[in-house]
Parts: sequence; C-alpha cells; structure tokens
Amino acid sequence: MPYIPHTPDDVSAMLDAIGAERIEDLFDEIPAHLKAGSSLDALPEGRGEMEVTRLMAERAEQDRYALSFLGGGAYQHHIPAAVWEIATRGEFYTAYTPYQAEASQGTLQVIYEYQTLIARLTGMDVANASVYDGASGLAEAVLMALRANRKSKSNRVLVPEALNPRYRSACDAIVRNQDVALDTVPFCGQAGQTLADSLSQYEGQDYAALVISQPNYFGSLEDVDALTDWAHANSMLVIAVVNPTSLALLTPPGEWGSEGADIVVGEGQPLGIPLSSGGPYFGFMACKQKHVRQMPGRIIGRTVDLEGKQGFTLTLQAREQHIRRSKATSNICTNQGLAMTAATIYMSLIGPDGLASVAGHCHANTQKLADKLTAIDGVERAFTAPTFHEVVLFLPQDADTVLAKLAEKDILGGLSLAKDYGMQNAILVNATEVHTEGDLDLFVAAMKEVLA
Amino acid sequence: MSNETKLIFQHSRPGRGANAQAPKPVSEDQLSAIPASLRRKQKPGLPEVSELDVVRHYTNLSSKNFAIDKQFYPLGSCTMKYNPRGANRAAMLPGFLARHPLAPASHSQGYLACLYDLQNFLKEVTGMKGVSLAPMAGAQGEFAGVAMIRAYHDARNDDGRTEILIPEAAHGTNPATAVMCGYKVREVPVGKDGDVDLEALKQACGPQTAGLMMTNPSTCGVFERQIEAIAKTVHDAGGLLYYDGANLNAILGKVRPGDMGFDVIHMNLHKTFATPHGGGGPGAGPVGVSQRLLPYLPTPMAGLDEDSGEYSWIDTDTLPTSIGHLSAFMGNAGVLLRAYFYAMVLGREGMIRVGEYSTLAANYLLKRLQQVGYTAAYPERRASHEFILTLAKEAKELNVTAMDVAKRLLDYNQHAPTTYFPLLVPECLLIEPTETESKEAMDDFIAAMEAILHEAKTDPDMVKEAPFTQPVRRLDDVKAARELDLTWSE
Ligand SMILES: Cc1ncc(COP(=O)(O)O)c(C=O)c1O
Repeated sequence: MPYIPHTPDDVSAMLDAIGAERIEDLFDEIPAHLKAGSSLDALPEGRGEMEVTRLMAERAEQDRYALSFLGGGAYQHHIPAAVWEIATRGEFYTAYTPYQAEASQGTLQVIYEYQTLIARLTGMDVANASVYDGASGLAEAVLMALRANRKSKSNRVLVPEALNPRYRSACDAIVRNQDVALDTVPFCGQAGQTLADSLSQYEGQDYAALVISQPNYFGSLEDVDALTDWAHANSMLVIAVVNPTSLALLTPPGEWGSEGADIVVGEGQPLGIPLSSGGPYFGFMACKQKHVRQMPGRIIGRTVDLEGKQGFTLTLQAREQHIRRSKATSNICTNQGLAMTAATIYMSLIGPDGLASVAGHCHANTQKLADKLTAIDGVERAFTAPTFHEVVLFLPQDADTVLAKLAEKDILGGLSLAKDYGMQNAILVNATEVHTEGDLDLFVAAMKEVLA
Repeated sequence: MSNETKLIFQHSRPGRGANAQAPKPVSEDQLSAIPASLRRKQKPGLPEVSELDVVRHYTNLSSKNFAIDKQFYPLGSCTMKYNPRGANRAAMLPGFLARHPLAPASHSQGYLACLYDLQNFLKEVTGMKGVSLAPMAGAQGEFAGVAMIRAYHDARNDDGRTEILIPEAAHGTNPATAVMCGYKVREVPVGKDGDVDLEALKQACGPQTAGLMMTNPSTCGVFERQIEAIAKTVHDAGGLLYYDGANLNAILGKVRPGDMGFDVIHMNLHKTFATPHGGGGPGAGPVGVSQRLLPYLPTPMAGLDEDSGEYSWIDTDTLPTSIGHLSAFMGNAGVLLRAYFYAMVLGREGMIRVGEYSTLAANYLLKRLQQVGYTAAYPERRASHEFILTLAKEAKELNVTAMDVAKRLLDYNQHAPTTYFPLLVPECLLIEPTETESKEAMDDFIAAMEAILHEAKTDPDMVKEAPFTQPVRRLDDVKAARELDLTWSE
C-alpha cells in the first residue's frame, strides 16, 4: 500500500482496540445510500514511483526547449544551486505554519530575516510573509489601502492602464466583490509612461489610493516622484508595484517623492524562484510602520523567552482570520512560505552588489537586444521612455503571426500586445543576465528570416 | 540541534560575497539610459556573506524546526501526511521548471496534459461536474467558490441574497472569505453531539441566504449525519451549498461531496494530496462545481480538443462568464504537478485506502487516549480522520491547560496537535494522525500523552513551564506585540 505502513497484524490490533470488526464499520455514521457513488471506477490503477516518474519525465520533455524572451511578470534568472538544495530540506519542506514557536525557530528566524531583507530592498519599515503572488498581492494592497486611508471615504482606487494587465484583471476579480472600483489612468502613447498630466482630471476627487507600477508593463520607468507627490497632495495613499531585481538599481519606493510610497507589493519570483509555469511564486508586501495593523498575512516578531534569550514568534495575530474571523484583514492562511524561504537564501547569496550586477545585466542585455532588433528594417521602439529590462517594439507585421512563426523555430520572441492593448504589431521583449550574446543573435537572425 | 543564534546580517562583512553566483558588474556606461533621478542612492542592505556562510546558516536554522520528515505531526485539520520525495523530483524536472507561464500551448503540451488529467481525477474523486485548478490555497478556493455562488445569484438577478451561513465550529477562513465576497456572515450553532443544530439552521435560512459553508466531516472531527436535511433546507431556501474540503481525507473513496448535494467545493491539495506545507505554504485549492456553476469556474483551465488530441487553455475569452483570474498566471503550478504525481501513484485503490486508513488511525488513537485517561469532546461519536480531546477538567482541577500539554509534547519529540480550534470546545486538542503514520509512531505519542497526564497530576508546575528541550523556552508573546520588532537593525 503506497505510503501506508500498516501490516495485517497492525490493522487487526487497531480494530481490536477500537472494538470494531472491519474498517468499514468505522463509516457507519455516513448514510449508506450516499456511499453508492464512490466506486471511483473512472480512476486509473495506481503505479509505482518509477512508472509515474517516467510518464512525467516524458511529458516534461515534450514541453520542447525554447530560447525564451518572455517576461510580462515572470523572468528567467540564474538560481544558485544552494537555494533549492536547502529550501527542499525536509526540515523546511515538511513543516507547517510555525504555530508552536519553540519547535519552529528555524522557519521563524528565516521569516524575520526575510522581513528585514524586503524592508531594506523596498525602503519600507515592515514586511509580511507572504501573499500568494504579485497580482493577488495587489488586490490585498488595494483592500488594505481602503482600510488605512482614513481621510478617504471612497471605494475607488486609481490604476494605471500601463499596469500589467494580468495584475489588473486578477485584482479586479478579487476586489469587485466588495464593490471596489478600479478606475483607469491612461498612459501616454508616445512615451509609454503614466504622465502626471493625465492625472489632473482626478484632482480633488476622492480616491483611496493611486497604484504606481515601476517599471510599468511596457518596461518603461515612470516618474515616480511626481506621481507619488501628486497622490499625497490629493489625500491618496500610494501603492507601489515593483520588480525586486530592479530595486538594486532604482530608487526604493520608501524614497519616492517627499514622503515615499505607503504600501509596496510585487512578484517575488525573480528572487530565486524557477519559472515553473507560473508558480508557486510569492507576493511580497511591505508598508510604513503606521499601517502595519492593516496588513494581511503572517508577521513575525523578535522577542525573548522565559530566560531572556532571543526568540521569534508569530505576532499581531489579531489581524488574522483564525482570531478575528469575519473582521480579519484577509482570509489568507496558507501562504507561499517555501518560496519565501528560497528567496531569503537567494538574497543572502546574491548580496547587494550581486543583485545590482544582475539588474545591470538585465538592463544592458535588453538595451542591446532592442538595438539589434531595431536595426532590422521596420522594427522600432514603440515608446520613448527609458526602460529597465523589458521593451515594446513595433514590428512591420502582425505580432501574433510573427510570434507563432518564431515559436516554430523554438524561439519565444516576446509577448503580443494585441489582445490587451489593441496594438496589433507590438511585442514586449525581455532579456536578463542569462542571455548570451549568441542567444541575442539567434533571436535577431530568426526575426530577420520571419520578417523577410 | 544547532545553536545558531546569529542573524544572517551578523555574518556580513563588507566586501565578502558568494562570488560564483552573480555576474561581473556592468559599467556605469551601460546604465546611462536610466535617469540619475531614478537611481538608488544607497546599496540595499542585503548581507555580504560567503556561499558557505549562507549554506551553513540556513542548514543550521533548518535543524531548529519540527517537520514531518523528523517527527509525528498530528496537527488537526492540516493533514500532515508523508510528502513523497518522488513528487518533488517529478515537479522539479527541468522541462517543468523552465516553462514560462505564458509559453504558447505548442510548447506546453506535456504540462497541460498533466493538468488536464488532474482535473479529471479530482472530478471523479469528488463527484463534481467541473474542476478548476487555479486557486492557490484553501482560502483562495473558498474565495473562488463563494464568488461563484455570488455570480450565480447575480446572473439570475436574485440580488436580495446578502448572507452566508456558517456553523460556529467553522475555520476562520470561512467567515473571512464570505466578507471578502461582499456577504454578511450569520453563524449557525452546533449541537452537543457535534452536528449542526438543524432547527436553528431552518430558522436562519431565508430569502436572504446566499449559501451555507460547511466542512464535512466537520471541524469537530465527526461526520455531519444530517447532511441531506441540511442540503435540502438550504436548497429549498434558494441558497447554495459550499463544501470546505479541508477534511476530504476522511471520506476519500467513501462518500463524495457531489453525492452529498454540494454545489461547490474546494480541496486542499497540500493536505489531501500530500503536497508539502513548506513552513506555511504553498498550497493549492482547486474548486469543483455542480452543473449550474460550471460557467463561473475561475480561469485558466486545461482543455483538450478530442479530435486533434491537442491540449489548450480555457480562458476568459472562451468562458466570459468566469469569475476570472485569481493570480497573474496559473496558480501554484508546481504544487499541482506534485499532486498529480501522488494521484497517479495511488490510483483508484489508493484513494479508497486514504479514507479508510486515516479513519482507522484516528479511531485507534482516540480509543487509546481515552483509555489512558483523556476526555473525548464527542465520546458518543465515531472519529473521522481526526478527533478532539477536551482538557477542561485538567484545566480546572490541575490548572494544566491544552496549551501546557501541547508544549510538553515537544519535550517528548512529538509535534503538538492543533490547539484551541474549534473555539467552541473548551481547552481542546484537535488530533489528526493521518494514514501514513505507523502504529508504533502512534503508540509513542500515546505513551507521551500518558506520561504527561501523570506529570500534570504530580508536578503540574513543571508541565506549565515546558518545553525544556527546544532551542528556546516559552516566548513572551505580549512583549512581541507591544514592542514590535519586525525587522533587524545593526
Ligand atoms: C477547515 C479548514 N478550512 C480552510 C482552511 C484554509 O486552507 P488554506 O490554509 O489552504 O488557505 C483550513 C486550513 O488551514 C482548514 O483547516
């Protein structure tokens, strides 16, 4: 019996102790006619680890290797071998939420270190650990801003059109049930940025928060200082959506404008988490100290034990569902602990200079790729704004068609902006530190062929 | 056990680093396109440590954890069963790890095939008509489920339904979810035998009822015997029935939520399908629905074109009535692959055995603990895959609480059961052994519990001070909350 240790003797000894004759007797409180449906005939017979591994290995190989320049919220990065070797140690992998603090000091200290790392990276006071991913994290941030902004009575939040459309749709799917409206701030079609000018129409209106994405979906860098100051001048909180790699080079949200962002969220995947078809990743979330009681999710504090020795424990639990139930800040319970553990190890290994050099290579490689591609006739940068590690290019042909032809050559040449922005000829391209000059040239050569 | 007490930051020395990992720095020239006004002025305060520093530090920290791989971990409601290593290896095959979430279907056939098979497997096991794997944990599954209930009522312009009914024993995520979906919560009392108070439910049901959220077996560790009458009551009032699948382990292969009359369910794959709990997550909380909720399932889902044999994504463009996406991409894909591995290894017979042997283990453990002197919260009832002891008597007579017993268990190298949940049973321990623990492991736990009861009678002060063998003694939680110290500074 896979994973079940009992011998026939064990089973009879246990039944004897219970005073039952058969295992079936233990289900005598379930109305008999309800049990009929459970023959489970449509299920396959069980197989051994060898067969199932073989089946899955075949399927994994079927997902043909491709040279990828896809970004859009998930990025290829080098992951040091030590990250997952340690994160998948049974002591981390098979523990659960550290309710018994004395027997969970390992996980608890990791989280405390993680909170510190995220706070330092974002320039904020405190961080939680963790939310599911960047997009659902934005929904939590929006709901948090509504609670935290005592000056605002509205259920409305301003969201830039240049925000990752997947964030927008997931956020909307989550918050609309509480009648929260996300109003769209258009982007400048020339710059590919959200301009302070486009905000003037909302001046003096009651919104709880303004979302600022740095970089935005097009890879463009926003003038975050101006946007932040505008929001604060209009009694809105600022929710920053940021890429963690970029923060090694870019002004942290805590220093945006004169007061800094109020809440920061983002996708943690670039910090040592494999692409893995979209998850498990983790959403990071940080805020100013004064808003900490409005934050959802687990928070760990440092304290002392009976003997005055340093120790770590879950704290501010009165925000959480298991204590506050319907008055909790969120329904989140199980979070993304293991991915957060991996990210903590990644950040420690890569260090401040390492992260800056990863970010630098991402930026430089993307610039180089854009230069090479725009040297092809008819390929142009779509926008004028400076970019971090993604860039939008106009092609002389329909983007979806070109991308499909590239995919036939096993090159995933970017994401089409046709569906989300109605820009039929535009693609969003990313390069990171993993791409070699040879990779870029292969892509460029393939693009030339496809466009020819 | 390690005595690592430093923080990673305290190992940091300027100029040190794990130099095999990061690429060489780029020149300032190569960054000239980024305006100076947007550049960070000071390096972020990540530690500067060697690769060995990092490996040793986190390896040492790991040894301060209890974990299934090390200890019996009978945390009720969490199904801490063995997490097969084979599942981890399969999910970490390079082809799966490297796949970008937005890679075209042409480059994702193998992955999609796994998801498609898993969807069908879960449909059959639960007796539901459709399954979406998108939700990222139980609570997000609950969210998806209640949002679908709302979408259903909205589509029928039935908009006077403002309340979700929830038994008082329910998990905290249930009421918190109902509120996130814009509903008011009305609690339904639970009777002395652990079943819902049916008369009170009938009183509570009405035209304002959007639905009822139920866990069955309930969080009292017993099977709700009036489930059909409950379903009828809620359905007659026009409400829908939600099944919190946290306890699905108990009934796998015995009775299916679909056959009990539930309209929508979530499963916790990190419980029932043996995916790891990771020190707090990740999980996966797929949802299953009856016919009438099919149009609202969250996207994306895996679809199969029977003619071409090609798999594809079902997304909001083909299912515009869907409640939409709950994450940027496809939920916790890697968790789904681990669950798929587990499902394939167990197969039909294995699924049936899960329900049987987890129930056998719980009933054995309950009986033996009663024999050594503990009090069952529901002594007249069969245990499901878990059960509750109440230490109300010990608390009153000996001043030893459920918390004290939980802490003392750590000294016996046993992880504590769930404490103080459900809230309606005073001084409770919710105990779930799972089907993967041997009789010997349970007997060790029983011996520890027996010894602790003896200690409670002879030396209660000692028990109240436990644990003594862990890296730290009991922690000052009040100080932690009053003098918030959430990040470290030099
Ligand atoms: C009964 C019950 N319902 C719901 C949940 C929530 O599931 P999750 O933690 O995966 O969000 C849990 C577990 O934590 C539970 O025990």
